[in-house]
Amino acid sequence: MTAANGKKHGKKEQTDRYEIRLSGSGGQGLILAGVILATAIGVGDGKNAVQTQSYGPEARGGASRADVVVSEQEIYYPKTMKLDLLLALTQEACDRYYPDMKEGGILVIDTSLVTQVPTKKYYGFPFVRLAREEIGHAMVANVIALGAIAELAGIVTKESLKEAVLERAPRGTEEKNEKALELGFKIAREAKRKA
Amino acid sequence: MKRSGIGKARLLQGNEACVRGALYAGVEFFAGYPITPSTEVAEAMARELPRNGGKFIQMEDEIASIAAVIGASNAGCKAMTATSGPGYSLMQENIGYAYMTETPCVIINVQRGGPSTGLPTKIAQSDTMQARWGTHGDYTAIAVAPSTVKECFEETVRAFNLSERFRTPVTVLSDEVLGHMREMMVIPEKGELEVTERHKPDVPHEWYKHFEISPSFVSPMASFGEGYRYNVTGLTHDEDGFPTANPIEIKNKMEKLRFKIERFADEIHKIRMDMMDDAHFTVVSYGSVSRAARQAVTMARERRIKVGAIQLRTIWPFPDMKLREMFAGVRKVIVAELNMGQLVNEIKRVAPRHTEVFSLARYDGEVMTPHQILEKIREVIK
Amino acid sequence: MMEKIAHGSDVTHHYLRPKKKFPNVWCAGCGNGIVMGALIRSIDRLDLDKDNVAVVSGIGCSSRMPVYLDFNTLHTTHGRALAFATGVKIAKPNLTVIVITGDGDALAIGGNHFIHTCRRNINITTILIDNRIYGMTGGQFAPTTPGGSFATTAPYGNYEKQFDVVKLAIGAGASYVARGTVYHVQQLEKLIEAGIKKKGFSVVDVVSNCHTYYGRFNKEGDAVEMLSWMKKHAMPIEAVRKIPPEKMKGKFVTGLIHEHDATEFTHEYQMMVDRLAQKEAEK
Repeated sequence: MTAANGKKHGKKEQTDRYEIRLSGSGGQGLILAGVILATAIGVGDGKNAVQTQSYGPEARGGASRADVVVSEQEIYYPKTMKLDLLLALTQEACDRYYPDMKEGGILVIDTSLVTQVPTKKYYGFPFVRLAREEIGHAMVANVIALGAIAELAGIVTKESLKEAVLERAPRGTEEKNEKALELGFKIAREAKRKA
Repeated sequence: MKRSGIGKARLLQGNEACVRGALYAGVEFFAGYPITPSTEVAEAMARELPRNGGKFIQMEDEIASIAAVIGASNAGCKAMTATSGPGYSLMQENIGYAYMTETPCVIINVQRGGPSTGLPTKIAQSDTMQARWGTHGDYTAIAVAPSTVKECFEETVRAFNLSERFRTPVTVLSDEVLGHMREMMVIPEKGELEVTERHKPDVPHEWYKHFEISPSFVSPMASFGEGYRYNVTGLTHDEDGFPTANPIEIKNKMEKLRFKIERFADEIHKIRMDMMDDAHFTVVSYGSVSRAARQAVTMARERRIKVGAIQLRTIWPFPDMKLREMFAGVRKVIVAELNMGQLVNEIKRVAPRHTEVFSLARYDGEVMTPHQILEKIREVIK
Repeated sequence: MMEKIAHGSDVTHHYLRPKKKFPNVWCAGCGNGIVMGALIRSIDRLDLDKDNVAVVSGIGCSSRMPVYLDFNTLHTTHGRALAFATGVKIAKPNLTVIVITGDGDALAIGGNHFIHTCRRNINITTILIDNRIYGMTGGQFAPTTPGGSFATTAPYGNYEKQFDVVKLAIGAGASYVARGTVYHVQQLEKLIEAGIKKKGFSVVDVVSNCHTYYGRFNKEGDAVEMLSWMKKHAMPIEAVRKIPPEKMKGKFVTGLIHEHDATEFTHEYQMMVDRLAQKEAEK
């Protein structure tokens, strides 16, 4: 039997709890991005991380999403409650999940796919276009987004993220993935400076 | 990958952790039939077992899957299957056979909404009672329930241990959210967790009784091919395994099925308590709901409500005495579960007179949220 | 290890369990006893170690057989014997696994397991005692009950179609399919023996008599009369091949009807394991 002391735990509100949602449509590699992010935070940085996803008919074809909850402490509730960061790669995802955001949370969108943004405070990047034009591979849009998130949210070290990305990268694509990640860091850094 | 922080921590899916746990416990045989949301267990077994000296087979249905598992167990293997509600229903016939024939085996039930095909991709805890009373006849069931990925691993190991120790089927009650979530866990080193091996007979072949009624309650178990040549039957049988109509032998058999487990119930019970020391109120739950409960209780404590959380890691046999003790200073209990109220009746049965029991039931395929529990806490303490 | 005994009932007794099982549950004159004798003599001829033989059965009159036999015996649930046996065989491929089943057990409630075990071609020998009726529950029609026959659940004559066990087994992929009768005992012994020897899934369909129900309901007489009917209507496959099909009317084929060599399940599994181990070693 594991008995946790009442007094010790009495004030243990998870103040450092950080909730991220990566959303868009099927095929954008968001589940994989969620797994990579959770791996980087959990395995690399040694924090606790839980990754959940919507599963089932709605996950096929249409909408897709992966949630990651991060904390230094034990994560009780594994699902998200109020998002600290929302990545929306489609208009539909943005419309649907924007209300789940915490006040002051970070909204990150793909400017080429999300045209009507419900707030003025957001970060917009053309992830898919950048992937195609700068890296030469539309598939790495998710990695660019991961880079941007890491830079903006500061919940994962860049080293760990890089390792996690490379670990999952199909053989022969390591260089492209690394480039994509660096690009993500860079565009977010520049955007932060401007903001 | 360089691993800072938590030693050999890795990100594992709940269903995958069950597989790792089973391998840690020494699983040698898996038979199953694909069913959402448990399929990842079968898939990982298909990958792992052939490389670890084990046997994997995908059978034609769930009835055949558990049958093959029981056959393999009698041939000496630690054996298991994994399924969800509809498959668990199909398996009940042969799970009953395993109770009757005292054959160790593990069934992982990654619960989804029912009845019938129900909600293949959505969470529920509606097999709580089926895990206890699923098959016809009288018997004592064992069911354990994890709430984290790490516990998926641990409870699967424990399920094997209990199964081998008591010669009985054991169900791991997981759920869709738990099965599919990925979370950090450290795979224990060999020897870190206890692993129970089947108790083998040490008597000459002709002395061996496969269903011996012994002072230790659980009889040793020989395997096919070891020279004991015993008979196994689902008919009510005597100590030698031969069908009987003798009332004394029938009664002995029935009582054995019950007491071999109930006498050791306190060694099977496992409960996690959070913030219970000074609690006047408590939320009782199991599985992934317990995590929402812990979160809700933390939030309530912020509001100076003296509430604690009780997580049942053993569902069956039900921890009557332990809960009664825990409820000593508790005025109100909320039972949070993802069904129309199954566990709550057990809690009402064991709660002392001074403890009021409230049901918080959710059965719309969605997860229980901390806010929902918090709201209920505030409602009942008024 | 067994000590070899020369003849007749001594052989039989060597393979029977002496304690508390007799008299058996079968009606006087039932074909099940004849099949049990034939099985025992086949096993004796094959010189199998009793410790390495597992006999698995389902539910029904025939499925009561294992309890009398001094092997590793598993009397399971209705229709599921082949699924249990599959588990036993995969877990311990060195065991000789024999399944005793009936027509209702194997073809109705267990039909799915039957065709899939045929398909897998796992090295199990199935003796399907086919008495064309449910005996244990008192004479209801089975998937093998001929059209027009009477049973307690076919009081006005059976209007259903029947399974042809042999065609079903061949179609589903069994590598050895034979039919014997409880009248032609020597032939039956040989068919069982060859079935056990065959590496793959073997089905021996045994035409048997249930005079208690089938015989009585359908005016086919007692055990002796039903066995005489078998004697008159059985046609060995060798003879069948020589005569025109119209001469087969009312008769049924016996003998080794189908045999082919095909990969066997446990062997294939082991090959895969070996391949993986080799790959691992090369790394």
